[in-house]
Amino acid sequence: MTVFLLRRLLQAVGVVLAMTLLVFLGVFAVGDPVEILISPEADQLERERAIRELGLDLPLWRQYLVFLGNALQGDLGRSFVFNEPALQLIYQRMPATLELALGATLLALLIGLPLGLYAGLRPNAFGSRAIMAGSILGFSLPTFWVGLMLIMVFAVQLGWLPSTGRGETVTILGMRWSFLTWDGLLHMAMPMFSLSLSRIGLVIRLTRSGVRENMVMDYVKFARAKGLSPNRIVFVHVFRNILIPVVTVMGLELGGTIAFSVVTESVFAWPGMGKLIIDSINVLDRPVIVAYLMLIVLMFIVINLLVDLSYSVLDPRVRLESRE
Amino acid sequence: MTSTLEVRDLQTHFFTRAGVVKAVDGVSFSLQRGKVLGLVGESGSGKSVSGFSIMGLVDEPGRIVGGSIRFQGRELVGLPEPEMRALRGNRIAMIFQDPMMTLNPVLRIDVQMIETVLAHDKVTYAEARARARDALGMVGIPSPDERLKSYPHQFSGGMRQRVAIAIALLHRPDLIVADEPTTALDVTIQGQILAQVQKLATELGTALIWITHDLSVVAGLADDIAVMYAGRVVESGSVDAVLDAPLHPYTHGLIGSVPSRNRRGAPLQQIPGMTPSVINLPPGCAFRARCPRADGACLETPGMAELLPGRSARCFHPHLESVPA
Repeated sequence: MTVFLLRRLLQAVGVVLAMTLLVFLGVFAVGDPVEILISPEADQLERERAIRELGLDLPLWRQYLVFLGNALQGDLGRSFVFNEPALQLIYQRMPATLELALGATLLALLIGLPLGLYAGLRPNAFGSRAIMAGSILGFSLPTFWVGLMLIMVFAVQLGWLPSTGRGETVTILGMRWSFLTWDGLLHMAMPMFSLSLSRIGLVIRLTRSGVRENMVMDYVKFARAKGLSPNRIVFVHVFRNILIPVVTVMGLELGGTIAFSVVTESVFAWPGMGKLIIDSINVLDRPVIVAYLMLIVLMFIVINLLVDLSYSVLDPRVRLESRE
Repeated sequence: MTSTLEVRDLQTHFFTRAGVVKAVDGVSFSLQRGKVLGLVGESGSGKSVSGFSIMGLVDEPGRIVGGSIRFQGRELVGLPEPEMRALRGNRIAMIFQDPMMTLNPVLRIDVQMIETVLAHDKVTYAEARARARDALGMVGIPSPDERLKSYPHQFSGGMRQRVAIAIALLHRPDLIVADEPTTALDVTIQGQILAQVQKLATELGTALIWITHDLSVVAGLADDIAVMYAGRVVESGSVDAVLDAPLHPYTHGLIGSVPSRNRRGAPLQQIPGMTPSVINLPPGCAFRARCPRADGACLETPGMAELLPGRSARCFHPHLESVPA
């Protein structure tokens, strides 16, 4: 177990190093932040002073080494634009993205699992065909379009739900959360649903195919031969087995949901990390980009680790036992 | 006295796109309390489907279309599912072929055993657990208390089959349908399990249907034998009589194919051809294409006839000459 965690940690360090190197090269290739950041009216002296202050006068490899040195001390640099520590900028916006992504994932499971179960148990019923057709729509409709349609119907025409912002928030542990107030929940409703739509489709299809595969297995027939009730067979015997792939895929998707909630955040003007990174890329605000991506990479690694650990809880065959 | 099981002219058909598969098409046998019936046949002869029909576990698109299954005088064909479920695992239990697949991989053994007890008897959890432990002990699993907490993957194949047998025995059923339960096991384990099952069935007075393709297993275990071919019973009788002097040419060929009965160095005997597909089987004797004795008469379907006292066969040209007088 300890060895397993240590190895994961080492891998994480390697991935982060490779990623920072790529971002440095990438931003360098895209353009010169100086051109965007410094006003065209500035004279030569002001220009040079600004460049020196930002550390952009050094050759790229020196800039990278300086960055690494600071990063080791927990300093990921200051934003070129806001002149604030990059990490702080991201932390301010992280709760918004986190609650959106977690909410969307939860919603996908709450809606997708029952629908998928139904569709798997009654594959020929009209309801099941409707669910399966709906699930195709779910993950093929583009997120931005769904978002716009939601706004059109529920905000513009019906006027039931607010279309932008986070609404009222509550501060816990120095972070602002929307999901704890009614107003905040109303604001979350549309972005959360539009972000979860494709995941709902995914969960439905995973659950359905899991049910279909498992129901014909010998262990189900044996459970029936034992005289168990259909409910016990479905909700205890089969359900435990389907959860394994669903948890794996949704866990991995969670990383993606956090990292790529950019579109939804833009459509609903949700002040999360996604909007920050898009803005930062536009002005080549390298410290923010690097810090954001480092955080996302770490998040992916942590989520994968949690998925692996939860896997060992769900499936006794992969339990990470030290004995035996 | 009513028999434990009385199957009459059972027909289980599968309605597929390619046509009607008459997997079981006229199977009859009866079984007394505490007796063992060996149901023998090649793959696809309908022996497993017969077993599942008795359990009421025929899957779509299959369905019992005719005949009767009487269990202790009670008709099982057409019995409503809740009543059938109350019998299953309780009065009639089943053991499956592949012990690696029959236990749920993600549930502990105790969960899978206790739920079986609780499905039929209103007892406390502790009592159910005690019964599960005793059943494990009964089938020869050492330190059953500890093993209850294990998962299936922590057992070997033979041990898993013992667990499955223990589950089948939990309610001391009157009938156990065993569908090739030793086929997937090593010969030594097979022997142990056979001896164990025989002993338990005698002790508890349980009747057994032992489905197998292995004649040597049947020879040592069964009282009676029913040989199946293409969905029908072609010969039945007591094990000793049938194995000593088979009447039906198919049984004759089957026994002749057992390697140990062949002379050393001589080419092994076999039945030419292969089992016919049971989709749209033409009328007449299904075995005639492979039968050395077939003639024009065999274009008619032979009926099951009692040719000798207690022995029936479905053939116009039975091997009556080899029966010792």
